Amino acid sequence: MRIAVCVKHVPEGPTRIDPSTKRLDRSGEGALNHFDANAVEEALRLKGDSDTEVVAVSLGPQKALDSLRKALAMGADRAVLVSDDAAAGSDLVATSRLLAAALERQEADLVLFGQQAADADGAVLWAAVAERLARPVISQAMELSVDGGSVRVKRQTEFGYDTIEAPLPAVVAVSDAINEPRYPSLKGIMGAKKKPQDVLSLADLGVDAGAAGEAGSRTTVLALGDPPARADARKIEDDGNAAQAIVDFLAEKRLV
Amino acid sequence: MSTLVFLEHHGNELQKGSLGVLAKVASLGAGDVAAVIAGEGARALAAEAGKYGASKVWVCEDGEVAQPLPQPRVDVLAQVIDEGGYDTVLFANSVLAADVAAGLAARLDAGLNWDLVDVELRDGELVGKRSALQDSVYADVGWSRTPRLALFRAGSFDATPAGGGEPEITDISASYKEYSTAVKLVGQDAEESSGPSIEDADVIVAGGRGLGSPDNFMLAEELAKALGGAVGATRAVVDAGWYPYSAQIGQTGKTVSPKLYVALGISGAIQHKVGMQSSGTIVAINKDANAPIFEFSDLGVVGDLHEIVPKLTELVRQRRG
Repeated sequence: MRIAVCVKHVPEGPTRIDPSTKRLDRSGEGALNHFDANAVEEALRLKGDSDTEVVAVSLGPQKALDSLRKALAMGADRAVLVSDDAAAGSDLVATSRLLAAALERQEADLVLFGQQAADADGAVLWAAVAERLARPVISQAMELSVDGGSVRVKRQTEFGYDTIEAPLPAVVAVSDAINEPRYPSLKGIMGAKKKPQDVLSLADLGVDAGAAGEAGSRTTVLALGDPPARADARKIEDDGNAAQAIVDFLAEKRLV
Repeated sequence: MSTLVFLEHHGNELQKGSLGVLAKVASLGAGDVAAVIAGEGARALAAEAGKYGASKVWVCEDGEVAQPLPQPRVDVLAQVIDEGGYDTVLFANSVLAADVAAGLAARLDAGLNWDLVDVELRDGELVGKRSALQDSVYADVGWSRTPRLALFRAGSFDATPAGGGEPEITDISASYKEYSTAVKLVGQDAEESSGPSIEDADVIVAGGRGLGSPDNFMLAEELAKALGGAVGATRAVVDAGWYPYSAQIGQTGKTVSPKLYVALGISGAIQHKVGMQSSGTIVAINKDANAPIFEFSDLGVVGDLHEIVPKLTELVRQRRG
């Protein structure tokens, strides 16, 4: 079996949006999106001692190799990075197009995603990628098992717990409740350097530059501003009458 | 503009979040507003959608959409958009709706703006509003072409009936892709819960480490009951096994914006802040005067919640009779 895990390299520490491009400033330090570590962990758990191959796949700047190496250090077998200046600023439709093109070449039985991107808070990419790959998709997996030609998932929705099955090949997004990601061992970190790491351009994928980046996107950022301030914020110390003060406050706001 | 709103239902009830989106777009007064309901019992709910501003409701009761799974709904929406010629398709965020919206975006090669908290018309163009970077930046977002797709954060709009009339109801049957119908729901356990879920609640009382022990969640539960709200929890206490995962604020799809958010013993870590900062009014009780939560609370109370909360619950009960 082959499992492809999609991972994102996200900025670390305080982040800012570049006012000239209206994009997230990705020039600083970055790290593996911690939600994706759950997906890597789950792939490694499914692999166990078997001959299953785990491929980490990312789309991003060259520096995204750092995050792919973290996945390799955890135990993934090889890494694929799609990196091209023309891909910068890709929105959901453009990103899903590029990622699907990269995944198609991997012919994975199972494609895993983490539950969201810590930088953009996006939590929808898997469904767009699954549509482009014409594969079944299951999201929010909190338990996952593969049995023969199918995947079985337990997940939580607003209304309770669902148990869902899909035939392979399939796309599954895991929740961060599914496992506790391992830390790479020193041996893993040393070994990661020797594992195959392919960097592909849009041309390598056979994707036209006009289908990527801003040209391939369908959404735009028009303007950036400060969030609305919380007016009249108050802070009080409890002098024994705090409960009454809270009720008065709620009454004033017509909330009680 | 010609708008289609995806209405989600559970049992025989349309979800408030999606009705809120319908009421909001109807109030913009920009062209036709229609709704689509797919699944068992869809037809019986169509008239209800009219009250929130839909002049036309598409209903699909095909067996393929009997289960709450996203991909067959992409097929239904693609067909409705094709037949109805809609240029704008709106969703209220949920586990189901997010996957439908993103699948449809890929199917139609359409732009999807997600996590929107508001929308307006500016010079006749639709402009979405969303927060970014842990709610430290607000962005105005648009679409470079039609169809435009948008996914709104839970609780963005009140579901207020718009006084609309009887909608025109049209049955639709879709043709389904093989991969769309490959996923099967094989089991479903309803969550044991009393009162509203945190997505639907107007009031949330959330507890963190500062409660001191799992038993003290009773304090949050009783205050929530008195206020007619739901109980939420921080990631730290869910991880520690104090409270169920379903109550966790800040996980995917659990970005909440109730009218009132009461934080008990919550320091205000960034992940939690992201999940609740767009709440209407925030009241925090914490014994640490330097807790970050006070920076984004409307009323911050420095004190012992174990003393304050029982008194507060009693006062709320008296007031509400």
